[in-house]
Amino acid sequence: MTAEPVPGVPEPTADGSGDALRVEHISKRFGAVTALHDVNLHLGQGEVLGLLGDNGAGKSTLIKIMCGFQPPTSGRIVLEGQEVTLKSVDHARTLGIDTVFQDLALINELTVYHNMFLNRERTRWTLLSNRSMRRTAQAELDRIGVNIPSVDAEVAKLSGGQRQAIAVARAVTSNAKVLLLDEPLAAMGAKEGAMILELVKDLKSQGQVSIIMIMHNYGQALEVCDRINLLQHGEITFDKLAKDTSVQELNDIVIEEYRRALADRQRSASA
Amino acid sequence: MSEITERSPQTVSPPGGQPARSNPLGSVFGLLARQREATVFVVAVVLLLYFGIRYNSTFVSSTNLANLLSETAAPIIIIAIGEVFLLICGEIDLSAGFVYLFAPFLMHYLIDFYGFPVILAIIISLLFGVVVGWCNGFLTVTMGLPSFITTLGTGFILLGLTLTTSHAYPANIPAASVGIGRWIGAAPWSQFIWAVVLTAIFYVVLNRTKWGLHTVATGGNALGSREAGIKTGRIKYGNFMLTSILGALVGLQNAFYTNTIDPSAGGYQPMFYAVTAAVIGGTAMLGGQGTIIGAFLGGIVLATLINGLNVAGISANPLDIVFGLAILLSMIANVRLARLRAAGRN
Repeated sequence: MTAEPVPGVPEPTADGSGDALRVEHISKRFGAVTALHDVNLHLGQGEVLGLLGDNGAGKSTLIKIMCGFQPPTSGRIVLEGQEVTLKSVDHARTLGIDTVFQDLALINELTVYHNMFLNRERTRWTLLSNRSMRRTAQAELDRIGVNIPSVDAEVAKLSGGQRQAIAVARAVTSNAKVLLLDEPLAAMGAKEGAMILELVKDLKSQGQVSIIMIMHNYGQALEVCDRINLLQHGEITFDKLAKDTSVQELNDIVIEEYRRALADRQRSASA
Repeated sequence: MSEITERSPQTVSPPGGQPARSNPLGSVFGLLARQREATVFVVAVVLLLYFGIRYNSTFVSSTNLANLLSETAAPIIIIAIGEVFLLICGEIDLSAGFVYLFAPFLMHYLIDFYGFPVILAIIISLLFGVVVGWCNGFLTVTMGLPSFITTLGTGFILLGLTLTTSHAYPANIPAASVGIGRWIGAAPWSQFIWAVVLTAIFYVVLNRTKWGLHTVATGGNALGSREAGIKTGRIKYGNFMLTSILGALVGLQNAFYTNTIDPSAGGYQPMFYAVTAAVIGGTAMLGGQGTIIGAFLGGIVLATLINGLNVAGISANPLDIVFGLAILLSMIANVRLARLRAAGRN
């Protein structure tokens, strides 16, 4: 892994075979607009990667490509050493890439355990095996350390953090190898945010799933992630281990970038 | 409420969130707040008791009860079953009463004009309901029309089709079908038995099968359901077909029961009664929520009012005022109780 911030394209790991997910030379153009330009990104087994970047930097586009929602214009995606073509979110999920979108895709009117088994329900003679699903859901939530009042509760009755936790738990229990979390801490209070960070740390310590988190808060990112990638105007401009960087350094990079863009604009305006 | 970061042994509280209070009034209130069907159950019991005690001799006679439950309540209940499934997944069917209207005519044409065997004619008439439901699904799901407009259109078409083909004249029940007609609806209690059996079956379908769960999921969060891989379009197609075939069944039942095929039968009234029954039973029109038992009880309440006021010799004219108020009050209760249920957990 690189010790120095490399402008432009980060070096891939020397031996890529151990990576859970690799994104190689991905570009995405919408007509004349280039949203992503030759993006390379790798996620080690059991690693938590923080994907930072300002609004409009291309984070959403990148996650939409990695989750199968839209295809890249060029480039390839390699999952556990195998090149894959993601046809849909559903297809990506069956391959082991599971995404928790910001809207969480939970059904408020259903219980926690029905949500966890949504579209993977257990049945016997076409009748739902509620008891079996309830027991498994409870066991899984206990295992990954999610504590909620009851698996029988309707999801509508849970707090924002608990709902996020259920969505993450659902993805984890569907045997996901790679988990994409799209701004899991957005619009969440300090306490709720701490719950989710705690859950991600627990998942990391169990080491069965590799995680990419889109985040805004540098402090939280450094607290939970192993490594930080910074996405700026469609390119990955920064790739460092979390322990080798600081909030200060990340701030400086982004502010410097902002000043440069501002100066460019002023120059072209006066010209 | 326990937090997920807490590692202490968790205390699993019941779904209600709080241990039952000793205050009996409080627990009755708690039951009303928790069980969607409780309100309409109480209303049904109170109405039946009132008319039963006040007009004992006429109201409680077996002829009148058969009238109430079989002739009046059953059609409402059976169509309401379909409407509940549609309302839960976020749609509505205004055309059910026109399938009701056309299905017995179709049976009559097939038997009397084309020489079809009775059983086959009845099956085709029911399948015709499935076809109408498929068209409603196609226009709503595939073409993207709002179901209110879709079924308004298909309803008119069916009405026109019936009036054109029958020249707006009633027809007699084909003689060959009278025997089987007793099973479908002519025998005094047969419609009510159908209603009870269908209610039981679809209660299980809604609450204990993937189809029911996915219907709730589709109405609750369509985008989320699709992200989970649920084919929400298929769910809606299926529920349109269900509602239409139930409409066709009720149409045949009514024809056999009244022993005539009437071009003024069906229409909007049975459909609106069915939606009313669903709503006062606790099915919100917002999608994601609904109960079959509630719709059954709602049908009983409506039928008791219709029949009871008739027995009491009161003019039927103010009846619609009562129905209107009942819809509004039960909807208000639904909304308020849903809030109480949500608040009751802390």
